[in-house]
This record gives sequence, C-alpha cells and structure tokens, in this order.
Amino acid sequence: MAIDFKQVDFTYQPGTPFATQALTDINVTIPDGSYTALIGHTGSGKSTLLQHLNALLKPTAGTVTIGDRVITPETSNKDLKALRRHVGIVFQFPESQLFEETVEKDIAFGPQNFGVSEADALKTAAEMLDLVGLDRDLLQRSPFDLSGGQMRRVAIAGVLAMAPQVLVLDEPTAGLDPQGRLDMMEMFANLRYERHLTVVLVTHQMDDVANYADNVIVMDHGKVVKTGTPQDIFKDPDWLVAHHLGLPKTTAFAQQLMARGIQFDQMPLTEDQLAQALVQQLPVQQLGGATDDE
Amino acid sequence: MSQIINVEHLNYRYPQQSESELTLHDVSFSVTAGEWVAIVGHNGSGKSTLAKNLNGLLAPVSGKITVDGQVLTEDTVWDIRRKIGMVFQNPDNQFVGATVADDVAFSLENQGVPRDEMLKRVADALAQVNMSAFATREPARLSGGQKQRVALAGMIAARPKILILDESTSMLDPEGRADVLATIRQMKADSDLTVLSITHDIDEAASANRVLVVNDGELVEEGTPAEIFQHGPALIKMGLDMPYPERLKAALKRQGVTVPATYLTEKGMADWLWQLISNK
Ligand SMILES: Nc1ncnc2c1ncn2[C@@H]1O[C@H](COP(=O)(O)OP(=O)(O)OP(=O)(O)O)[C@@H](O)[C@H]1O
Ligand SMILES: Nc1ncnc2c1ncn2[C@@H]1O[C@H](COP(=O)(O)OP(=O)(O)OP(=O)(O)O)[C@@H](O)[C@H]1O
Ligand SMILES: [Mg+2]
Ligand SMILES: [Mg+2]
Repeated sequence: MAIDFKQVDFTYQPGTPFATQALTDINVTIPDGSYTALIGHTGSGKSTLLQHLNALLKPTAGTVTIGDRVITPETSNKDLKALRRHVGIVFQFPESQLFEETVEKDIAFGPQNFGVSEADALKTAAEMLDLVGLDRDLLQRSPFDLSGGQMRRVAIAGVLAMAPQVLVLDEPTAGLDPQGRLDMMEMFANLRYERHLTVVLVTHQMDDVANYADNVIVMDHGKVVKTGTPQDIFKDPDWLVAHHLGLPKTTAFAQQLMARGIQFDQMPLTEDQLAQALVQQLPVQQLGGATDDE
Repeated sequence: MSQIINVEHLNYRYPQQSESELTLHDVSFSVTAGEWVAIVGHNGSGKSTLAKNLNGLLAPVSGKITVDGQVLTEDTVWDIRRKIGMVFQNPDNQFVGATVADDVAFSLENQGVPRDEMLKRVADALAQVNMSAFATREPARLSGGQKQRVALAGMIAARPKILILDESTSMLDPEGRADVLATIRQMKADSDLTVLSITHDIDEAASANRVLVVNDGELVEEGTPAEIFQHGPALIKMGLDMPYPERLKAALKRQGVTVPATYLTEKGMADWLWQLISNK
C-alpha cells in the first residue's frame, strides 16, 4: 500500500498551554512495496509520524492517504478497524503494547480481534513465537515476567500474527542482542519479499539503513529535510553531521581510508561493498584466501 | 584499592519457577571502587535480574552480597539503595515526578539536599543531557530518546556512589550515546564513581575497564575489553557485536583476501590496508 502525506501538521495537546507542534508541513510519499527508513535525531518527530500510518494520531492539518483510506483532522475514530488490520506497528517501547495475561493470549489477540477463530489464533501464536526465536515454554508466561529482549520479541510476534500489509517498526531491535538483531532484520526483509509488504523502519542504526532500506526520509525538528536512496543520503557526510546523524560504520571507515589516500568511485555503505572495492586495489599476492599467521 | 561490591555464590529464582530451576546460578564476582564494569550476555541471560539483586529489589535464594562494606539484608537494603543509582531498561517504569525537573529532583529531595543546591544540580544535570528546554514538560510526554536522557539526568543529579545502567542508551542516537559515555567519564573523573553498565553495544563495552559475560544465569567469562574482543565471531554468542575491523576482515575473506589473524583496531586495519595499497 502506498502512503502519502500532504501538508500534514501535528500538534500534541492543541489549544492548551502545553501545545507542542511535532510535525510541520510534511509532504512525503512512501511507495508501495518500498523499504523506507525514517531517520533523524532524538525528538525530531519520527514516532509521531509513524503513529499517523494507522491513524492512532490524526493530523491537525492536512491529509494522510493510506492505500485508499484518506485520513483528515475530521476523520472519526470509528471504522478504522480495516486500516489497523493492514498496518501493523511495533512500538518503540514494547511494554506499551503488551497487555494480556499470557504471551499466548497476547499474540493471539490481534487475529482474534479480526475474526480468526480462537483455535487458529492460538496456533498462529505458537508459530509466531518460533519465528521471533522464543521458546514455546514461554506461551503461558505473563508477558511482563520476561526480559527486555524477550518482551520486544513478543511485541513483534503480536504484530506479525495479524499478517499486516504495511509493517511499521519503531526501533524494533533496541534491546535485542546482536544475533537477535540480525535474525529479526533478516526476517523482516524476507517477509517483505514473500508477502510483498511495505516496510517502514525507524532506526538510529545507519548500518541497518545501508543494508536493508531502498528509500530514506530524514527528519529534523518536525520537518522532512531530505528524501532519497541510501546512496543519496550518505554521500554527503558533512550534511549528516550538521543534522546530528551518523554514517554507516563502513562509510565512516572508508573516510579514514580516503584521508590516507585510497580512492573510491562510489561511496561504500556496507562491508561487502567496501571489500569489493578494495579487492580491485589490493596487490595480487594478497588474494590467496587464507589467514596470515594462523 | 577497596572492593565496593562483592557477590558470593548468588543463586536466584523467580517465585513462579520450580525448585529445580535457577535464573542466576552460583554467581560470584567483585568490583573495585572506581571501576567501570560492563555486563554483557544474550537476551534472557540474567543481566537485569542480577542488577535487581544488587540493590535488593529481588531477594536471592542464597548467597551473600556486600555493597560498600554493608552486607545486603532487609535492615541494610535502604542504606544500600541510596548508594546505588539505577537506570532501568524502560524509563517509563521509573518516572515519578509531574515535570521533568521534579523528576530529576526526586532523589535529591529524599536525600535532604538543600533547595538551592538541589535547583543547581537539577539544572546542571539537565544541561548535561541537553534537556534544559524540557524542564517543565511531563516526562511521559516525551520522545523515547528524550525519556532516556531524563532518566540519566536523574542519576547525574543524585551523584550515587555506584551507577547501574541497564541498557540505558538503547534508544539514543549515536551522538546521544557518545554524550552519555562522555558524561560518565566526567562523573568518574569528578568522584570515585563505580559504574556497572549492562549493554549489547560494543562501544559501551569498550569504554569499560572490565567485561563480565553472563550466559544462561552463570558468569562464564571476564576480562578486559581487548581480551574479550579477541573472541571474534564467538562474541555474537556472548551477546556482543563483532568489532568493525573483524566484520570487514570477514567480508574481505569472502572476497578471497588473505587477512591477519591477530586482532586489529580500526586504525590498525586502516594502516594495514593503506600499506598494502600504497606499496603496490
Ligand atoms: N505524548 C506527547 N505529548 C506531547 N509532546 C510529545 C508527546 N510525544 C512526543 N512529544 C514531543 O514531540 C516531539 C517529537 O517526538 P517523537 O516521539 O515523534 O520523536 P522521535 O523522533 O521519535 O524521537 P526519538 O528518537 O527520541 O524516539 C518531541 O519534541 C517530543 O517531546
Ligand atoms: N518477573 C519475572 N518473572 C519470571 N521470570 C522472569 C521475570 N523477569 C525475567 N524473567 C526470566 O528470567 C530470565 C532472565 O531475565 P533477565 O531480565 O535478567 O534477562 P536479561 O539478561 O536482562 O535479558 P535482556 O537482554 O533481554 O534484557 C529470562 O529467562 C526471563 O524470562
Ligand atoms: Mg521515537
Ligand atoms: Mg535486561
């Protein structure tokens, strides 16, 4: 499903002394089937924008179009069920989305709410637990009696159980161990191809942007300040620093090499791209394949 | 040099676990005053459970914990908690104040710090984490990273003897993370602060003097960051990422390049590559 923001403003607690404008004049398109990364420093408005994708927040001005649904400031809170079924959001803090007595019921809640039978929903719950790398022993545990990383995985399982068409991920790997982080990112990428999902990812890990995204939106102080491919975004390190953003590890390392005099035709963003570029420049005797002094 | 934390044969199980299970099994270690220790391990290995045992939020099945010369018991738990500042994994669980400034001031009020000093410490702490502009806001109505900054400011203002950080930088942008590590270094320079940081972040682990590795409730390894980082790909099993030079080495190997087996720092790696390419 394509998603389109037109002149969107959003203000928290409007009309009160505490009013905070979090989004200003957002005009941006998230193409159908894209893997879009949303980046920007702390407080720039990423989570606020994400919550517009299933109308959890509605614009205070402008329109958000999700597939064929148009959300305006006047949209009523009724009949948003179909939208919420198709757009699944994994929130920044997993606790905020867990609420049932057991892990099993928590994951089964979404599908049941959308009409799946209890038996089928419980079966899905067990399968989803496998998918996020948790032991089925945990099915009867309270979701609050889990470690931080385990809660995160249950929250992800709950969203996947609804089989959404748009998968929205707000820092989904924060608190996961590196193996879990890698497994989860690979799983999202696979699901995208298998089920033709649109994925929207908020992350501070520029390596994830380089490795998985094909479209990037950069936010700063509630505004979209740049959009493009990862290549477009990362080719200008000075601009990134000015917007308090980092570089992928490889790009940062390539800069150190460039300072020493090594040149690259195109800025490498991933280890594999850098390794390929270096192979062209290394002396042939280095291309033996084994490890020195082993 | 004095031991500020000493843990001997700690066993812990949650109330709902059966008698045959243990979440922490025979954990023993000590920490020297002024040391910075990183605690790493995969998800569910027992790191947060260990932290909560140290300040008496959870009571062990058996074993002995000594903090700053006091054995942890029901009688000493309040004294000990005053010495330990803990930042939890999810900051929402620890906010108590109606505004950001109240929240940061909370533990100072409890300590009976005079009002003038309290206001100054709160203002300084908020400035340190770049949150001065948010002093009158409600903590619950902040972005994820802003919440983590406020939780940290609370500990900066409280000036505990021991600071336990449970993945407290997980939602910060790279700049925010670097700021926090710099702030901790500054706090350590100003006082004899002891830091225990639970983390999956390789840079945070690299900042520590020593790394403890927890696996399925047991302490399985300890060493300096350099010693631990030599494990290469096995680091992933310990709940840590591979250092970047190791990742690049692996990618070069996939391209058929012969790479050194010894651990290289980023600078070492850049020097090695530059030497090969410039002497070609
Ligand atoms: N519930 C709320 N009420 C009022 N203001 C809020 C609320 N949630 C967020 N804000 C404010 O809106 C702005 C944007 O917040 P948002 O959560 O969208 O940021 P973010 O880009 O997701 O940041 P982070 O990377 O720290 O999670 C911030 O200045 C924040 O303080
Ligand atoms: N309140 C609880 N009741 C029962 N079991 C619990 C509770 N909290 C945690 N556990 C279990 O204890 C084990 C250790 O959890 P702990 O939170 O200490 O892990 P952790 O190392 O901090 O993991 P993470 O990196 O995911 O935060 C896990 O298997 C977890 O499921
Ligand atoms: Mg956010
Ligand atoms: Mg934990």
